[in-house]
Amino acid sequence: MAEVVSLREAVAELVHDGDTVALEGFTHLIPVAAGQEIIRQGRRGLTLVRLTPDIVYDQMIGAGCARKLVFSWGGNPGVGSLHRFRDAVQNGWPVPLEIEEHSHAGMANRYVAAASGLPFAVLRGYVGTDLVAHTPTIRPITCPFTGEVLTAVQALDLDVGIVHAQRADREGNVQLWGITGVQKEAVLGARRSLATVEEVVDQLQPKPGAMVLPSWTVSCVAEVPGGAHPSYAQGYYERDNDYYRAWDPISRDRDAFTEWLSTQVLASKAAT
Amino acid sequence: MSGQQTAAQAARRGDWTADEMMSVAAARALRDGTACFVGIGLPSTAANLARRTHAPSLVLVYESGTIGAKPGWLPLSIGDGVLAETADAVVGVPEVFNYWLQPGRIQTGFLGAAQIDRFGNINTTVIGPDYRNPAVRLPGAGGAPEIAASCREVIVIVRQSRRTFVERVDFVTSFGYGGGPGDRERLGLRGSGPVLVITDLGVLEPDPGTCELTLTRLHPGVEVERAREATGWDLAVSSQVEASPPPTATELDTLRALEGATRRQP
Repeated sequence: MAEVVSLREAVAELVHDGDTVALEGFTHLIPVAAGQEIIRQGRRGLTLVRLTPDIVYDQMIGAGCARKLVFSWGGNPGVGSLHRFRDAVQNGWPVPLEIEEHSHAGMANRYVAAASGLPFAVLRGYVGTDLVAHTPTIRPITCPFTGEVLTAVQALDLDVGIVHAQRADREGNVQLWGITGVQKEAVLGARRSLATVEEVVDQLQPKPGAMVLPSWTVSCVAEVPGGAHPSYAQGYYERDNDYYRAWDPISRDRDAFTEWLSTQVLASKAAT
Repeated sequence: MSGQQTAAQAARRGDWTADEMMSVAAARALRDGTACFVGIGLPSTAANLARRTHAPSLVLVYESGTIGAKPGWLPLSIGDGVLAETADAVVGVPEVFNYWLQPGRIQTGFLGAAQIDRFGNINTTVIGPDYRNPAVRLPGAGGAPEIAASCREVIVIVRQSRRTFVERVDFVTSFGYGGGPGDRERLGLRGSGPVLVITDLGVLEPDPGTCELTLTRLHPGVEVERAREATGWDLAVSSQVEASPPPTATELDTLRALEGATRRQP
Protein backbone atom coordinates (compact mmCIF):
# COMPACT_ATOMS: atom_id res chain seq x y z
CA MET A 1 0.00 0.00 0.00
CA ALA A 2 1.23 3.49 -0.84
CA GLU A 3 2.20 5.69 2.06
CA VAL A 4 0.62 9.15 1.83
CA VAL A 5 3.44 11.44 2.97
CA SER A 6 4.92 14.88 2.36
CA LEU A 7 7.03 15.49 -0.74
CA ARG A 8 10.09 16.10 1.45
CA GLU A 9 9.63 12.78 3.24
CA ALA A 10 8.95 10.91 -0.01
CA VAL A 11 12.09 12.16 -1.77
CA ALA A 12 14.22 11.55 1.36
CA GLU A 13 12.93 7.99 1.59
CA LEU A 14 12.93 7.00 -2.08
CA VAL A 15 15.72 8.86 -3.92
CA HIS A 16 19.35 8.16 -3.04
CA ASP A 17 22.67 9.39 -4.44
CA GLY A 18 23.67 7.35 -7.48
CA ASP A 19 20.14 6.09 -8.21
CA THR A 20 18.63 5.70 -11.66
CA VAL A 21 15.54 7.88 -11.58
CA ALA A 22 12.81 8.58 -14.14
CA LEU A 23 10.60 11.64 -13.66
CA GLU A 24 8.18 11.05 -16.50
CA GLY A 25 5.56 13.17 -18.18
CA PHE A 26 5.08 13.73 -21.89
CA THR A 27 4.51 17.51 -21.87
CA HIS A 28 1.54 16.93 -19.57
CA LEU A 29 1.78 16.21 -15.80
CA ILE A 30 5.53 16.69 -15.51
CA PRO A 31 6.64 16.15 -11.88
CA VAL A 32 8.47 19.49 -11.63
CA ALA A 33 8.00 20.00 -7.88
CA ALA A 34 9.50 16.56 -7.20
CA GLY A 35 12.50 17.38 -9.39
CA GLN A 36 13.08 20.64 -7.54
CA GLU A 37 12.81 18.84 -4.19
CA ILE A 38 15.54 16.44 -5.39
CA ILE A 39 17.67 19.53 -6.12
CA ARG A 40 16.92 20.94 -2.64
CA GLN A 41 17.91 17.70 -0.97
CA GLY A 42 21.24 17.83 -2.83
CA ARG A 43 21.16 14.45 -4.56
CA ARG A 44 24.27 13.71 -6.64
CA GLY A 45 25.38 11.19 -9.23
CA LEU A 46 21.88 10.39 -10.49
CA THR A 47 21.21 8.72 -13.79
CA LEU A 48 18.19 10.64 -15.06
CA VAL A 49 15.87 8.90 -17.50
CA ARG A 50 13.14 10.45 -19.61
CA LEU A 51 11.91 10.51 -23.20
CA THR A 52 11.63 14.28 -23.25
CA PRO A 53 13.93 15.93 -20.71
CA ASP A 54 12.75 19.53 -20.61
CA ILE A 55 13.25 22.37 -18.22
CA VAL A 56 13.05 20.49 -14.90
CA TYR A 57 15.85 18.19 -16.13
CA ASP A 58 17.74 21.28 -17.34
CA GLN A 59 17.39 22.59 -13.77
CA MET A 60 18.52 19.31 -12.18
CA ILE A 61 21.49 19.03 -14.57
CA GLY A 62 22.48 22.66 -13.96
CA ALA A 63 22.25 22.06 -10.21
CA GLY A 64 24.73 19.18 -10.52
CA CYS A 65 22.37 16.32 -9.56
CA ALA A 66 23.07 14.15 -12.60
CA ARG A 67 26.04 12.22 -13.92
CA LYS A 68 24.16 10.65 -16.82
CA LEU A 69 21.10 11.33 -18.94
CA VAL A 70 19.19 8.63 -20.82
CA PHE A 71 16.78 10.27 -23.26
CA SER A 72 15.35 10.60 -26.74
CA TRP A 73 14.59 14.32 -27.19
CA GLY A 74 16.07 17.09 -25.06
CA GLY A 75 14.69 20.55 -25.65
CA ASN A 76 12.50 23.37 -24.41
CA PRO A 77 9.38 22.50 -26.43
CA GLY A 78 8.37 25.24 -28.84
CA VAL A 79 11.16 27.51 -27.55
CA GLY A 80 14.60 26.05 -28.28
CA SER A 81 17.51 24.36 -26.59
CA LEU A 82 18.16 23.29 -23.03
CA HIS A 83 21.20 25.42 -22.32
CA ARG A 84 22.19 23.82 -18.99
CA PHE A 85 22.07 20.43 -20.73
CA ARG A 86 24.17 21.76 -23.62
CA ASP A 87 26.66 23.36 -21.24
CA ALA A 88 27.05 20.07 -19.36
CA VAL A 89 27.52 18.03 -22.55
CA GLN A 90 29.77 20.51 -24.36
CA ASN A 91 31.74 21.97 -21.41
CA GLY A 92 31.22 19.64 -18.44
CA TRP A 93 29.57 22.39 -16.34
CA PRO A 94 28.91 22.06 -13.44
CA VAL A 95 29.86 18.40 -13.77
CA PRO A 96 30.38 16.22 -16.85
CA LEU A 97 27.22 14.59 -18.18
CA GLU A 98 27.33 11.22 -19.88
CA ILE A 99 24.51 10.64 -22.36
CA GLU A 100 22.73 7.56 -23.64
CA GLU A 101 20.58 8.45 -26.56
CA HIS A 102 17.58 6.73 -28.10
CA SER A 103 14.47 7.44 -30.15
CA HIS A 104 11.02 7.83 -28.54
CA ALA A 105 9.93 4.45 -29.89
CA GLY A 106 13.01 2.81 -28.41
CA MET A 107 12.68 4.52 -25.03
CA ALA A 108 8.97 3.70 -24.85
CA ASN A 109 9.79 0.06 -25.50
CA ARG A 110 12.53 0.08 -22.86
CA TYR A 111 9.87 1.19 -20.36
CA VAL A 112 7.48 -1.49 -21.59
CA ALA A 113 10.18 -4.15 -21.09
CA ALA A 114 10.87 -2.87 -17.57
CA ALA A 115 7.17 -2.86 -16.68
CA SER A 116 6.79 -6.33 -18.20
CA GLY A 117 9.67 -7.85 -16.27
CA LEU A 118 11.52 -8.66 -19.49
CA PRO A 119 15.23 -8.03 -20.21
CA PHE A 120 14.54 -6.37 -23.56
CA ALA A 121 11.86 -5.32 -26.03
CA VAL A 122 11.68 -5.76 -29.79
CA LEU A 123 10.76 -3.17 -32.38
CA ARG A 124 11.30 -2.11 -35.96
CA GLY A 125 13.53 0.82 -35.30
CA TYR A 126 16.88 2.61 -35.51
CA VAL A 127 17.81 0.80 -38.75
CA GLY A 128 20.25 2.87 -40.80
CA THR A 129 20.71 5.52 -38.10
CA ASP A 130 23.99 6.46 -36.40
CA LEU A 131 22.34 5.99 -32.99
CA VAL A 132 23.10 2.27 -33.22
CA ALA A 133 26.87 2.88 -33.26
CA HIS A 134 26.80 5.11 -30.17
CA THR A 135 24.22 3.43 -27.95
CA PRO A 136 25.12 -0.03 -26.58
CA THR A 137 21.54 -0.69 -25.41
CA ILE A 138 20.41 -1.01 -29.06
CA ARG A 139 21.23 -4.38 -30.70
CA PRO A 140 19.97 -6.37 -33.69
CA ILE A 141 17.98 -9.52 -32.97
CA THR A 142 16.77 -12.28 -35.28
CA CYS A 143 13.15 -13.37 -35.08
CA PRO A 144 13.12 -17.10 -34.16
CA PHE A 145 9.97 -17.65 -36.25
CA THR A 146 10.63 -15.76 -39.49
CA GLY A 147 14.37 -15.10 -39.46
CA GLU A 148 13.73 -11.39 -39.90
CA VAL A 149 16.33 -9.13 -38.27
CA LEU A 150 14.70 -6.67 -35.90
CA THR A 151 15.98 -4.34 -33.19
CA ALA A 152 16.21 -5.14 -29.48
CA VAL A 153 16.47 -2.46 -26.81
CA GLN A 154 17.49 -3.26 -23.26
CA ALA A 155 14.93 -2.84 -20.49
CA LEU A 156 15.41 0.24 -18.32
CA ASP A 157 16.73 -0.59 -14.87
CA LEU A 158 14.98 1.99 -12.72
CA ASP A 159 15.49 2.50 -9.01
CA VAL A 160 12.76 5.12 -8.82
CA GLY A 161 9.86 6.13 -11.07
CA ILE A 162 8.26 9.50 -10.34
CA VAL A 163 5.03 10.79 -11.89
CA HIS A 164 2.53 13.54 -11.23
CA ALA A 165 -1.20 12.77 -11.39
CA GLN A 166 -4.45 14.64 -10.98
CA ARG A 167 -5.56 12.90 -7.80
CA ALA A 168 -5.35 10.04 -5.35
CA ASP A 169 -7.66 8.73 -2.68
CA ARG A 170 -6.66 8.37 0.96
CA GLU A 171 -5.62 4.76 0.38
CA GLY A 172 -3.11 5.96 -2.22
CA ASN A 173 -4.88 4.79 -5.39
CA VAL A 174 -3.68 7.20 -8.08
CA GLN A 175 -5.82 8.45 -10.99
CA LEU A 176 -4.57 10.31 -14.05
CA TRP A 177 -6.07 11.20 -17.41
CA GLY A 178 -5.39 13.13 -20.61
CA ILE A 179 -2.00 12.50 -22.22
CA THR A 180 -0.56 9.68 -20.14
CA GLY A 181 2.80 9.22 -21.90
CA VAL A 182 4.79 6.40 -20.28
CA GLN A 183 3.71 7.12 -16.71
CA LYS A 184 2.20 3.70 -16.06
CA GLU A 185 5.37 2.02 -17.31
CA ALA A 186 7.59 4.37 -15.26
CA VAL A 187 5.80 3.33 -12.06
CA LEU A 188 5.42 -0.39 -12.83
CA GLY A 189 8.96 -0.61 -14.22
CA ALA A 190 10.73 0.83 -11.17
CA ARG A 191 11.71 -0.73 -7.83
CA ARG A 192 10.31 2.28 -5.94
CA SER A 193 7.83 4.90 -7.06
CA LEU A 194 6.37 8.25 -6.13
CA ALA A 195 3.19 9.87 -7.40
CA THR A 196 2.71 13.52 -6.57
CA VAL A 197 -0.93 14.55 -7.01
CA GLU A 198 -2.96 17.73 -7.33
CA GLU A 199 -5.27 16.61 -4.56
CA VAL A 200 -6.07 13.73 -2.25
CA VAL A 201 -9.81 13.02 -2.24
CA ASP A 202 -12.13 10.77 -0.26
CA GLN A 203 -13.26 8.87 -3.32
CA LEU A 204 -12.00 8.76 -6.92
CA GLN A 205 -14.70 9.60 -9.48
CA PRO A 206 -14.51 7.89 -12.89
CA LYS A 207 -13.14 10.06 -15.72
CA PRO A 208 -13.21 9.14 -19.44
CA GLY A 209 -9.91 7.63 -20.48
CA ALA A 210 -8.49 7.72 -16.97
CA MET A 211 -5.88 5.26 -15.79
CA VAL A 212 -5.65 4.12 -12.19
CA LEU A 213 -2.43 2.98 -10.55
CA PRO A 214 -3.63 0.87 -7.63
CA SER A 215 -2.22 1.78 -4.25
CA TRP A 216 -0.18 -1.40 -3.97
CA THR A 217 1.84 -0.52 -7.10
CA VAL A 218 3.02 2.86 -5.75
CA SER A 219 5.51 3.35 -2.87
CA CYS A 220 4.57 6.90 -1.86
CA VAL A 221 1.91 9.46 -2.70
CA ALA A 222 2.43 13.14 -1.90
CA GLU A 223 -0.16 15.88 -2.29
CA VAL A 224 1.50 18.76 -4.18
CA PRO A 225 -1.03 21.18 -5.69
CA GLY A 226 0.54 22.82 -8.75
CA GLY A 227 3.27 20.18 -8.70
CA ALA A 228 3.38 19.97 -12.50
CA HIS A 229 3.73 23.72 -13.09
CA PRO A 230 4.86 25.09 -15.58
CA SER A 231 3.54 22.05 -17.45
CA TYR A 232 -0.18 21.47 -17.10
CA ALA A 233 -2.58 19.21 -15.29
CA GLN A 234 -5.66 18.60 -17.41
CA GLY A 235 -8.76 19.63 -15.51
CA TYR A 236 -6.70 21.72 -13.06
CA TYR A 237 -4.53 24.28 -14.86
CA GLU A 238 -3.11 25.18 -18.26
CA ARG A 239 0.46 25.04 -19.50
CA ASP A 240 2.36 28.20 -18.50
CA ASN A 241 3.93 28.94 -21.88
CA ASP A 242 5.43 32.19 -20.59
CA TYR A 243 7.47 30.27 -18.04
CA TYR A 244 8.94 28.10 -20.80
CA ARG A 245 9.82 31.21 -22.80
CA ALA A 246 11.25 32.96 -19.72
CA TRP A 247 13.42 29.93 -18.96
CA ASP A 248 15.48 30.45 -22.12
CA PRO A 249 17.45 33.56 -21.01
CA ILE A 250 17.88 32.17 -17.48
CA SER A 251 19.30 28.89 -18.70
CA ARG A 252 21.58 30.51 -21.30
CA ASP A 253 23.70 32.19 -18.65
CA ARG A 254 25.49 30.39 -15.78
CA ASP A 255 25.23 33.40 -13.44
CA ALA A 256 21.54 33.95 -14.17
CA PHE A 257 20.91 30.26 -13.61
CA THR A 258 22.88 30.19 -10.34
CA GLU A 259 20.93 33.20 -9.10
CA TRP A 260 17.63 31.56 -10.09
CA LEU A 261 18.65 28.33 -8.36
CA SER A 262 19.56 30.01 -5.08
CA THR A 263 16.53 32.30 -4.90
CA GLN A 264 13.81 30.18 -6.49
CA VAL A 265 14.69 26.65 -5.38
CA LEU A 266 17.28 26.41 -2.64
CA ALA A 267 15.85 29.26 -0.55
CA SER A 268 12.29 27.95 -0.69
CA LYS A 269 10.86 25.08 1.28
CA ALA A 270 9.16 22.11 -0.31
CA ALA A 271 5.50 22.82 -0.98
CA THR A 272 4.41 20.28 1.61
CA MET B 1 -14.66 39.82 -43.58
CA SER B 2 -12.08 42.58 -43.58
CA GLY B 3 -9.48 39.89 -42.87
CA GLN B 4 -10.56 38.08 -46.03
CA GLN B 5 -10.39 41.22 -48.10
CA THR B 6 -6.95 41.94 -46.73
CA ALA B 7 -5.82 38.43 -47.59
CA ALA B 8 -7.37 38.71 -51.05
CA GLN B 9 -5.53 41.96 -51.66
CA ALA B 10 -2.33 40.50 -50.29
CA ALA B 11 -2.68 37.45 -52.52
CA ARG B 12 -3.28 39.67 -55.58
CA ARG B 13 -0.29 41.83 -54.78
CA GLY B 14 1.95 38.84 -54.05
CA ASP B 15 2.28 40.24 -50.55
CA TRP B 16 3.24 37.13 -48.61
CA THR B 17 6.42 35.79 -47.06
CA ALA B 18 8.63 32.90 -48.13
CA ASP B 19 7.65 31.07 -44.93
CA GLU B 20 3.96 31.47 -45.79
CA MET B 21 4.60 30.07 -49.26
CA MET B 22 6.46 27.13 -47.70
CA SER B 23 3.61 26.34 -45.30
CA VAL B 24 1.06 26.60 -48.12
CA ALA B 25 3.10 24.33 -50.42
CA ALA B 26 3.46 21.77 -47.63
CA ALA B 27 -0.24 21.90 -46.75
CA ARG B 28 -1.17 21.26 -50.41
CA ALA B 29 0.94 18.08 -50.39
CA LEU B 30 -1.31 16.43 -47.77
CA ARG B 31 -4.23 14.44 -49.17
CA ASP B 32 -7.66 14.56 -47.59
CA GLY B 33 -8.72 11.44 -45.72
CA THR B 34 -5.19 10.27 -44.97
CA ALA B 35 -3.41 10.12 -41.63
CA CYS B 36 -0.38 12.25 -40.97
CA PHE B 37 2.20 11.97 -38.17
CA VAL B 38 2.95 15.57 -37.26
CA GLY B 39 5.93 17.20 -35.56
CA ILE B 40 5.80 20.58 -33.81
CA GLY B 41 6.73 23.74 -35.70
CA LEU B 42 6.52 24.02 -39.48
CA PRO B 43 4.94 20.53 -39.96
CA SER B 44 2.19 21.33 -37.46
CA THR B 45 1.47 24.67 -39.14
CA ALA B 46 1.16 23.04 -42.55
CA ALA B 47 -0.95 20.10 -41.37
CA ASN B 48 -3.39 22.35 -39.53
CA LEU B 49 -3.62 24.62 -42.58
CA ALA B 50 -4.41 21.60 -44.78
CA ARG B 51 -7.16 20.48 -42.40
CA ARG B 52 -8.74 23.93 -42.63
CA THR B 53 -8.57 24.18 -46.41
CA HIS B 54 -8.66 21.26 -48.85
CA ALA B 55 -8.27 18.35 -46.40
CA PRO B 56 -10.93 18.57 -43.66
CA SER B 57 -10.71 14.81 -43.06
CA LEU B 58 -6.95 14.77 -42.60
CA VAL B 59 -6.17 12.82 -39.42
CA LEU B 60 -3.45 14.49 -37.35
CA VAL B 61 -1.48 12.13 -35.14
CA TYR B 62 0.93 13.66 -32.63
CA GLU B 63 3.55 11.56 -30.87
CA SER B 64 2.04 12.45 -27.50
CA GLY B 65 -0.57 9.80 -28.35
CA THR B 66 -3.28 12.18 -29.54
CA ILE B 67 -4.91 10.62 -32.61
CA GLY B 68 -7.22 12.77 -34.71
CA ALA B 69 -6.40 16.00 -32.90
CA LYS B 70 -8.29 19.09 -34.07
CA PRO B 71 -6.62 22.03 -32.32
CA GLY B 72 -8.15 25.48 -32.76
CA TRP B 73 -4.69 27.05 -32.74
CA LEU B 74 -1.10 25.87 -33.17
CA PRO B 75 0.10 24.11 -30.03
CA LEU B 76 3.46 25.26 -28.62
CA SER B 77 4.34 21.72 -27.65
CA ILE B 78 3.62 18.25 -28.95
CA GLY B 79 1.42 17.50 -25.95
CA ASP B 80 -0.62 20.63 -25.30
CA GLY B 81 -3.99 20.08 -23.64
CA VAL B 82 -5.87 21.22 -26.74
CA LEU B 83 -4.57 18.15 -28.60
CA ALA B 84 -5.94 15.71 -26.01
CA GLU B 85 -9.23 17.58 -25.63
CA THR B 86 -9.94 17.54 -29.38
CA ALA B 87 -8.58 14.09 -30.27
CA ASP B 88 -10.63 11.10 -31.44
CA ALA B 89 -8.51 8.92 -29.16
CA VAL B 90 -5.69 9.47 -26.68
CA VAL B 91 -3.28 6.57 -26.25
CA GLY B 92 -0.01 6.08 -24.40
CA VAL B 93 3.33 6.72 -26.05
CA PRO B 94 4.29 3.02 -26.38
CA GLU B 95 0.97 2.43 -28.12
CA VAL B 96 1.24 5.32 -30.57
CA PHE B 97 4.60 4.04 -31.78
CA ASN B 98 3.97 0.28 -31.55
CA TYR B 99 0.35 -0.07 -32.66
CA TRP B 100 -0.14 2.97 -34.86
CA LEU B 101 3.16 3.96 -36.47
CA GLN B 102 5.11 0.68 -36.66
CA PRO B 103 2.64 -1.41 -38.77
CA GLY B 104 2.46 1.26 -41.49
CA ARG B 105 -1.01 2.58 -40.62
CA ILE B 106 0.05 6.18 -41.20
CA GLN B 107 0.38 7.51 -44.72
CA THR B 108 2.51 10.59 -44.26
CA GLY B 109 5.30 11.41 -41.84
CA PHE B 110 6.05 15.10 -41.64
CA LEU B 111 9.55 15.99 -40.46
CA GLY B 112 11.80 19.01 -40.00
CA ALA B 113 15.61 18.92 -40.08
CA ALA B 114 18.68 20.71 -38.73
CA GLN B 115 20.70 19.19 -41.58
CA ILE B 116 19.56 17.28 -44.65
CA ASP B 117 21.83 15.79 -47.30
CA ARG B 118 21.77 14.95 -51.01
CA PHE B 119 20.00 11.65 -50.28
CA GLY B 120 17.44 12.98 -47.85
CA ASN B 121 19.12 11.71 -44.69
CA ILE B 122 18.28 13.94 -41.71
CA ASN B 123 20.33 15.07 -38.72
CA THR B 124 18.74 16.48 -35.57
CA THR B 125 21.36 15.15 -33.14
CA VAL B 126 24.76 16.91 -33.27
CA ILE B 127 26.63 19.35 -35.48
CA GLY B 128 30.30 18.48 -35.97
CA PRO B 129 32.20 15.29 -36.68
CA ASP B 130 32.63 14.14 -33.06
CA TYR B 131 29.45 12.86 -31.44
CA ARG B 132 31.04 12.84 -27.97
CA ASN B 133 32.39 16.36 -28.34
CA PRO B 134 29.94 18.16 -30.61
CA ALA B 135 30.21 21.72 -31.89
CA VAL B 136 26.46 22.02 -31.27
CA ARG B 137 24.28 19.65 -29.32
CA LEU B 138 20.79 19.49 -30.89
CA PRO B 139 17.64 18.08 -29.20
CA GLY B 140 18.00 14.59 -30.66
CA ALA B 141 15.85 12.03 -32.39
CA GLY B 142 12.42 12.17 -30.75
CA GLY B 143 10.04 10.15 -32.87
CA ALA B 144 11.78 10.91 -36.17
CA PRO B 145 13.83 7.74 -36.89
CA GLU B 146 10.78 5.48 -36.80
CA ILE B 147 8.55 8.04 -38.52
CA ALA B 148 11.11 8.16 -41.35
CA ALA B 149 11.21 4.35 -41.47
CA SER B 150 7.57 3.35 -41.04
CA CYS B 151 5.29 6.02 -42.51
CA ARG B 152 4.36 5.09 -46.05
CA GLU B 153 5.95 8.32 -47.24
CA VAL B 154 7.83 11.21 -45.68
CA ILE B 155 7.56 14.92 -46.38
CA VAL B 156 10.34 17.16 -45.08
CA ILE B 157 9.73 20.86 -44.50
CA VAL B 158 12.84 22.95 -43.90
CA ARG B 159 14.24 26.38 -44.80
CA GLN B 160 16.91 26.08 -47.47
CA SER B 161 20.45 27.26 -46.73
CA ARG B 162 24.01 25.96 -47.07
CA ARG B 163 24.15 25.43 -43.33
CA THR B 164 21.17 23.06 -43.51
CA PHE B 165 21.53 21.50 -46.99
CA VAL B 166 24.86 19.72 -46.64
CA GLU B 167 26.69 17.20 -48.81
CA ARG B 168 26.70 14.66 -45.95
CA VAL B 169 24.91 15.01 -42.63
CA ASP B 170 27.20 14.94 -39.57
CA PHE B 171 24.94 12.33 -37.98
CA VAL B 172 22.19 10.19 -39.49
CA THR B 173 19.28 10.60 -37.08
CA SER B 174 16.62 9.62 -39.61
CA PHE B 175 17.37 7.53 -42.66
CA GLY B 176 16.42 8.88 -46.08
CA TYR B 177 17.95 7.03 -49.03
CA GLY B 178 21.31 6.37 -47.32
CA GLY B 179 23.94 6.43 -50.06
CA GLY B 180 21.57 5.91 -52.95
CA PRO B 181 19.27 3.40 -54.68
CA GLY B 182 18.53 0.13 -52.93
CA ASP B 183 19.71 1.12 -49.47
CA ARG B 184 16.23 1.32 -47.95
CA GLU B 185 15.25 -2.06 -49.39
CA ARG B 186 18.53 -3.63 -48.23
CA LEU B 187 17.83 -2.44 -44.68
CA GLY B 188 14.24 -3.69 -44.78
CA LEU B 189 12.66 -0.27 -44.32
CA ARG B 190 9.01 -0.51 -45.27
CA GLY B 191 8.07 3.08 -46.06
CA SER B 192 9.15 4.67 -49.31
CA GLY B 193 11.19 7.45 -47.65
CA PRO B 194 11.26 11.20 -48.30
CA VAL B 195 9.16 11.90 -51.39
CA LEU B 196 9.09 15.70 -51.07
CA VAL B 197 11.40 18.24 -49.47
CA ILE B 198 9.54 21.52 -49.27
CA THR B 199 11.57 24.66 -48.58
CA ASP B 200 11.10 28.41 -48.58
CA LEU B 201 12.54 28.47 -52.12
CA GLY B 202 10.89 25.52 -53.83
CA VAL B 203 10.48 21.77 -53.79
CA LEU B 204 13.03 18.96 -54.14
CA GLU B 205 12.14 15.40 -55.04
CA PRO B 206 14.29 12.26 -55.20
CA ASP B 207 15.36 11.37 -58.72
CA PRO B 208 13.64 8.05 -59.57
CA GLY B 209 16.92 6.58 -60.78
CA THR B 210 19.55 7.95 -58.41
CA CYS B 211 17.45 8.92 -55.34
CA GLU B 212 19.34 12.23 -55.33
CA LEU B 213 17.26 15.21 -54.22
CA THR B 214 16.52 17.22 -57.34
CA LEU B 215 14.97 20.65 -57.67
CA THR B 216 11.59 20.17 -59.34
CA ARG B 217 9.65 23.26 -58.38
CA LEU B 218 10.37 26.89 -57.55
CA HIS B 219 8.17 29.25 -55.59
CA PRO B 220 7.14 32.49 -57.34
CA GLY B 221 9.99 34.97 -57.70
CA VAL B 222 12.77 32.47 -56.93
CA GLU B 223 15.46 31.78 -59.54
CA VAL B 224 17.27 28.47 -59.96
CA GLU B 225 20.55 30.18 -59.11
CA ARG B 226 19.26 31.16 -55.67
CA ALA B 227 18.31 27.57 -54.90
CA ARG B 228 21.78 26.44 -56.01
CA GLU B 229 23.43 29.03 -53.79
CA ALA B 230 21.40 27.81 -50.82
CA THR B 231 22.48 24.20 -51.32
CA GLY B 232 25.74 22.75 -50.01
CA TRP B 233 26.17 20.31 -52.89
CA ASP B 234 26.01 20.63 -56.66
CA LEU B 235 22.22 20.73 -56.86
CA ALA B 236 20.62 18.67 -59.59
CA VAL B 237 17.86 20.58 -61.37
CA SER B 238 14.99 18.94 -63.22
CA SER B 239 14.81 19.65 -66.95
CA GLN B 240 11.28 20.93 -66.38
CA VAL B 241 11.19 22.98 -63.22
CA GLU B 242 7.60 23.84 -62.41
CA ALA B 243 6.39 27.00 -60.72
CA SER B 244 4.45 26.71 -57.46
CA PRO B 245 1.12 28.46 -57.75
CA PRO B 246 1.20 31.41 -55.33
CA PRO B 247 -0.90 31.25 -52.15
CA THR B 248 -4.59 31.86 -52.77
CA ALA B 249 -6.52 34.40 -50.75
CA THR B 250 -8.22 31.56 -48.89
CA GLU B 251 -4.94 29.86 -48.04
CA LEU B 252 -3.35 33.08 -46.89
CA ASP B 253 -6.37 34.13 -44.87
CA THR B 254 -6.64 30.73 -43.21
CA LEU B 255 -2.94 30.59 -42.38
CA ARG B 256 -2.96 34.09 -40.91
CA ALA B 257 -6.11 33.39 -38.90
CA LEU B 258 -4.48 30.24 -37.51
CA GLU B 259 -1.35 32.12 -36.51
CA GLY B 260 -3.47 34.93 -35.09
CA ALA B 261 -5.43 32.45 -32.94
CA THR B 262 -2.10 31.03 -31.77
CA ARG B 263 -0.79 34.46 -30.74
CA ARG B 264 -3.93 35.08 -28.70
CA GLN B 265 -3.21 32.05 -26.52
CA PRO B 266 -1.52 32.76 -23.18
